[in-house]
Amino acid sequence: MAELRALVGVKRVIDYAVKIRVKPDKSGVVTDGVKHSMNPFCEIAVEEAVRLKEKKLLKEVIAVSCGPKQCQETLRTALAMGADRGIHVEVPEGEVEKLGPLQVSRVLAALAQKEKVGLVLLGKQAIDDDCNQTGQMTAAMLDWPQGTFASKLSLEGDKLTVEREIDGGLETVRLKLPAVVTADLRLNEPRYATLPNIMKAKKKKIEMMKPADLGVDTSSRVAVLSVEDPPQRTAGLKVESVEDLVAKLKEAGHV
Amino acid sequence: MQTARMVHKVGLQLLRQGRARPQSWCSFWGLKTARNFANKATEVVLDKTGSVSSAKDKDTQNEMESKSFAVGMFKGQLTTEQVFPYPSVLNEEQMQFLKELVGPVSRFFEEVNNPAKNDSLEKVEDSTMQGLKELGAFGLQVPSELGGVGLCNTQYARLVEIVGMHDLAVGIVLGAHQSIGFKGILLFGTDAQKKKYLPKLASGENLAAFCLTEPSSGSDAASIRTTAVPSSCGKYFTLNGSKLWISNGGLAEVFTVFAKTPVKDASSGAVKEKITAFVVERSFGGVTNGPGEKKMGIKASNTAEVYFDGVQVPAENVLGEVGGGFKVAMHILNNGRFGMAAALAGTMKSIIAKAVDHAANRIQFGDKIHNFGLIQEKLARMAVLQYVTESMAYMVSSNMDQGFKDFQIEAAISKIFGSEAAWTVTDECIQIMGGMGFMQEPGVEKVLRDLRIFRIFEGTNDILRLFVALQGCMDKGKELTGLGKALKNPFGNAGLLLGEAGKQFRRRAGLGSGLSLSGIVHPDLSRSGELAVGALEQFATVVETKLIKFKKEIVNEQFLLHRLADSAIDLYAMVVVLSRASRSLSEGHPTAQHEKMLCDTWCIEVRAECFKRTEVREGTVSNPFFIPMFSSRQQPGFGKLWPACSQTPNSTSSFETLKASLRQWWKREV
Repeated sequence: MAELRALVGVKRVIDYAVKIRVKPDKSGVVTDGVKHSMNPFCEIAVEEAVRLKEKKLLKEVIAVSCGPKQCQETLRTALAMGADRGIHVEVPEGEVEKLGPLQVSRVLAALAQKEKVGLVLLGKQAIDDDCNQTGQMTAAMLDWPQGTFASKLSLEGDKLTVEREIDGGLETVRLKLPAVVTADLRLNEPRYATLPNIMKAKKKKIEMMKPADLGVDTSSRVAVLSVEDPPQRTAGLKVESVEDLVAKLKEAGHV
Repeated sequence: MQTARMVHKVGLQLLRQGRARPQSWCSFWGLKTARNFANKATEVVLDKTGSVSSAKDKDTQNEMESKSFAVGMFKGQLTTEQVFPYPSVLNEEQMQFLKELVGPVSRFFEEVNNPAKNDSLEKVEDSTMQGLKELGAFGLQVPSELGGVGLCNTQYARLVEIVGMHDLAVGIVLGAHQSIGFKGILLFGTDAQKKKYLPKLASGENLAAFCLTEPSSGSDAASIRTTAVPSSCGKYFTLNGSKLWISNGGLAEVFTVFAKTPVKDASSGAVKEKITAFVVERSFGGVTNGPGEKKMGIKASNTAEVYFDGVQVPAENVLGEVGGGFKVAMHILNNGRFGMAAALAGTMKSIIAKAVDHAANRIQFGDKIHNFGLIQEKLARMAVLQYVTESMAYMVSSNMDQGFKDFQIEAAISKIFGSEAAWTVTDECIQIMGGMGFMQEPGVEKVLRDLRIFRIFEGTNDILRLFVALQGCMDKGKELTGLGKALKNPFGNAGLLLGEAGKQFRRRAGLGSGLSLSGIVHPDLSRSGELAVGALEQFATVVETKLIKFKKEIVNEQFLLHRLADSAIDLYAMVVVLSRASRSLSEGHPTAQHEKMLCDTWCIEVRAECFKRTEVREGTVSNPFFIPMFSSRQQPGFGKLWPACSQTPNSTSSFETLKASLRQWWKREV
């Protein structure tokens, strides 16, 4: 049995199927009474960790989530998928807005050291803010190697081979543990949390803590000035011939 | 599928059992044996009612006042214990658990299940079936230590609602398995039977089916030909016969089978054929099935004939007692009806969403069609029907979880109301969508086809209406029997007589019986509360008048019983929504004002119908015939016909009157 432990980050985001609405005061998007679920890329990360554990390459999978108390539901989902225990770093509702990649990566780095994990598995980005920074920052904070946008992962002893999706193809990198890996869409197809597993997950523990308990300062240097809807797309038009097309493009000043 | 016929069988069988049972209410009807009933449908229903609890329970129940609101309303009583306040039975942990389950189940149905494909394949896709098994959907109410999810009725209702939102055919596959297929093992099984069968049934490794109906035996259960003959050594029974329209019949490994067995009466020593329930495995040998039936709807659910040819069933596979098969069947049915109402509440939710989506985007005459009153009224009525059904489903599931035993009328009402409301709502959705609704692609026509069977199976709505009316009248009848006795000995029962006389006088004189829901319903709903009480008083007066007039003959007055049942359904609906909207207002739910509107709309409409009829009744008709309060579920205007008949419409002379007035009505209204 391997001694390796993995820390998996799971973020609670507005469900992908929900139509996002901007608050009238433009301070953010409406979250009250809106369906939330686990960020799909985080699901892929959880799935990969659970598969590694099922192959007996990992000893323990620890799921962590930062945010308000509802994050526990997200953690429960991770536990139902197969994570062994959860850590909820509670940030009060009002301060969640300040929580960016920098703050979260500080929390993850602190936890990785506290829990003595050898692998941090994260989603490549969250579908709410699309930052795509947390994994990279966490690796930097820890000064660990990173394998981002993973579409394939294999673990042998303390060597990790990661196939990365990059522009124009695939790149294979080999990392020495401990390391940080972020999951891309094609890494795996995550399983559904089944009802019997959700039931069993009730017995698994979720540890509660605050960022301050980890010595992490969550103050932010970023201020949101305004959140706005993307501009509405206007209707296109059909052209009869190439000449027409060129004429229209000229007219619009595109050529 | 086949449960449609069950009530009949159950009734007839129970009839025979019933003869030995003391039935105080029989004296009121002047009935000696059940064979005196004029028609079978009535026999069935009457006997079904008494049969749910064993004879011993029945005696104690007779002495105990029923807590059921529905029983009370026939007597003009406001029995609020079961209905107010709207029950919240889940503790925090159960609620939390349920919240966690809703997500994955919804997601499975949104992302994996393909209703249109299931429908065209006439089976649930293999991958979906496998997914459902892994999901745990086949063992929702099996205790967790036996491999199930261990849900209570209310939690189960919530998940079934999701299934109903997406695919009723899958709902039937799951329901035939766990709501009737192996429910008998859950309710009546010995520990050994439970340990042996439930784990593999809960995981979906084995499917279950429920086998009662036969090719030659539909309504007449006494005529079932499947036999189970005990071996001389007593170690097994030999089962022979065939069963028709069995859901999951072609897929199941475990069958709950009802067959005739010879039973020796302990007191008289005579041997009688009685029905016994068995757990039969396909692997016993001799179990085969026919091809899947071609059907109007729920095509993805397998429906097949099942043959038992010399099957040797071990004696330890008897479910319940030898000869006690119908008690088993009744409990299974009564315990399952709320699930249908819950599923249909879900169906209506998704159908309304489709209608709203269309109405909010379709432009005609230069405007979105949701801005037109015609469409708005349709959507509003759809929302009301959904709200009523949903409120009924959770009221009944909660009552069951609270441990109340007397919920048969309510469960039957929820099934009738839900199946008819869902039909109306889906039909109106198609109407709103116009030509688009008629096309296959939006998937609404499939829902309409799937829905049709819900008014037929698990007791047709017609039979269930008789059940509701007669069960209610039976309890009222008992009360009147007591009055009859008191009249013979007036001095000893002066109190009872004075009380009754006062009550009847006040009701007749239109003074009201002093009943009130004030302090029970939220003050904002007090007007609707008064309307409900008024309707209840009027209803009780009519019930009493009719019982005094027809006495035992009321069992033959199906025109009347039908209408009494409709009124009972509407009344129960009023009280259920009053209760739920009151809770939402008191607890300040964000939807409270919307719910108040739905509740008020329902109460005002039902009551308005009621007033209209009273006028007619008291003004022109010498022999008042009670008309349903809310006639939207029938032919429009049909109810208005009856006051024109001077006699009850099932006599020959009034049939002529009826035809005449029908002709008049067509001229006037068409």
